[in-house]
Amino acid sequence: MSGIVSFFDSLVQFTADNSDRLLRLFGEHIVLAIETLVIALPIAIVLGIAISYNERAATVVLWIASVLLTIPSIAFFGMLVPILGIGTPPVIVALVAYSQLPVIRNTYLGVTGVDPAAVEAGTGLGMTRFERLWRVRLPVALPVVMAGVRNAVVLLVGLAAIGAFIGGPGLGFFIFYGINQGNTAMIVVATVAVSVLALAFDYLFAVTERGLRLRNGEDLEPTYTTRLFDAIRTQFQ
Amino acid sequence: MIQFDNVHKQYSDGTQAVNGLSFEVEEGTTTVLVGPSGCGKTTTMQLVNRLEEPTEGTVYYDGTDIQELPATELRRQIGYVIQDIGLFDHMTIAENVATVPELKGWDDDRTDERVDELLDLMGLPPEEYRESYPGELSGGQQQRVGVARALAAGPDVMLMDEPFGALDPITRENLQDEFLDIQEEIETTIIFVTHDINEALKMGDKIAMMNDGELVQYDTPAAMLEAPATKFVEDFIGPDRTLKQLRVLQVSEIMRTEVPDEHRDVVDAFDPADTVMADGGELIPVTPTDSAQVALSRCIQAGVRALPVVEDATVIGVVTEEDIRGYHADEIEATSE
Ligand SMILES: Nc1ncnc2c1ncn2[C@@H]1O[C@H](COP(=O)(O)OP(=O)(O)OP(=O)(O)O)[C@@H](O)[C@H]1O
Ligand SMILES: [Mg+2]
Repeated sequence: MSGIVSFFDSLVQFTADNSDRLLRLFGEHIVLAIETLVIALPIAIVLGIAISYNERAATVVLWIASVLLTIPSIAFFGMLVPILGIGTPPVIVALVAYSQLPVIRNTYLGVTGVDPAAVEAGTGLGMTRFERLWRVRLPVALPVVMAGVRNAVVLLVGLAAIGAFIGGPGLGFFIFYGINQGNTAMIVVATVAVSVLALAFDYLFAVTERGLRLRNGEDLEPTYTTRLFDAIRTQFQ
Repeated sequence: MIQFDNVHKQYSDGTQAVNGLSFEVEEGTTTVLVGPSGCGKTTTMQLVNRLEEPTEGTVYYDGTDIQELPATELRRQIGYVIQDIGLFDHMTIAENVATVPELKGWDDDRTDERVDELLDLMGLPPEEYRESYPGELSGGQQQRVGVARALAAGPDVMLMDEPFGALDPITRENLQDEFLDIQEEIETTIIFVTHDINEALKMGDKIAMMNDGELVQYDTPAAMLEAPATKFVEDFIGPDRTLKQLRVLQVSEIMRTEVPDEHRDVVDAFDPADTVMADGGELIPVTPTDSAQVALSRCIQAGVRALPVVEDATVIGVVTEEDIRGYHADEIEATSE
């Protein structure tokens, strides 16, 4: 019992002593995640849309994206070092690659899953292919895309920690340093921080997804979050 | 307005959906395509807004081969009500109706005004329905929105593919009646698809009956009932053809303005303000636009041989059971002469 108590004490102690560095690494981790998303999302969404017009391309692209996911992360980071050196660039490249599958897949499923009657009506009323995409397919697909982004972001926040192995930024530094030094408190605090960050991103995109669904007129059970969102939305209307 | 000239359509899987179709839809009229499931009605309609292209023959729009008209422009001139309704579930009712005006780049005020006007016309009060989503509406209301959306930019031609299908008979009758009223206001050329002969007889100025991708008969409802071109048409109309004829026959066509002596009593005794008869039954008069079927039904119900015809609360003539029965015989005589 006292062992557990003193362990918790050591965690609190570590956090208090290293709050500055912890906060800085936490900040780096957020920036890394956002940088990755900024690069990864446009690529994945454009790819997801593009393959919706060609079934064979869809099979190939989705296959490649899922093969990428099976590469062990340490190996992937390691392979990129000879090409891109160490530090942030190879980490971002690997994370961008890892986040492709969920977003491409959901974009593809989203834009191809639109009610064919609605698409036919769009065509019949004189929408061009682009107008159909912009006014019908994409708005309907957006919540589904957002669900894919949620998957991707949880994945990449976790994997980003491993990037510290090749000198990448973020909380992974404490995890690897802690392993080296046999400092359990350091490992645990950093790991918890990574999980909290992943959950926070997940929550953020979950709220966005719900908001998009509501705007699309979907019938959702209201939750605290959506009520808050609605309150904010009505404020701005 | 729309002319089919020996049009064939074969789908890529080999299905011959339309086979040598030739007919013309006149401006401002309603032409109903009717026939059994799979006979090519939807395909015929889609050949007009170029959702399908003919494999042979030509479709003309206002005298121009539609192949020469840009497809999106053409479609924006043609209102389209699809068989599966196909509302945009992620848009509000107002946004749905505003689709074509938006595509055409109308300014917001004009679009808003038009949307309200159409929702009113379709019996969906804008205050209540503008901001609703399709998922919150009943099937009948959704079909109304589908029609409003097609009408939004004031199309020259309306294509309506079973717009009142999948509705209960009462809602369906109501929508048909409402649409007949609306049609008088909008004066658009309409191609209307149904597989229900009664709906065809009710809605059409002309009926194009199809079977197996071919046009079997193209006529007015009265002419088709009078002289079905083939056994198929006769069977499709059904065994109560004569009664159906009475339905498309208006009282004004058979009424007498000179009241014959034998029926004087009906007219003299009739008081538009008090339709209850001496024996306690009720004598309900007919109007010139009522059908002969309604007149006959009321004769039988009230146990009389003639009914006063009333317009604006004055008796303008009389319609007799004898004349209703005789109409059919006269027609036969007339055609055999
Ligand atoms: N895209 C397509 N590819 C292949 N065959 C088709 C296609 N669309 C329709 N058909 C076939 O063409 C024929 C005519 O179809 P169409 O949809 O025009 O009939 P319809 O009269 O509208 O029938 P319904 O009353 O059931 O709507 C049918 O045999 C149908 O199976
Ligand atoms: Mg059809």
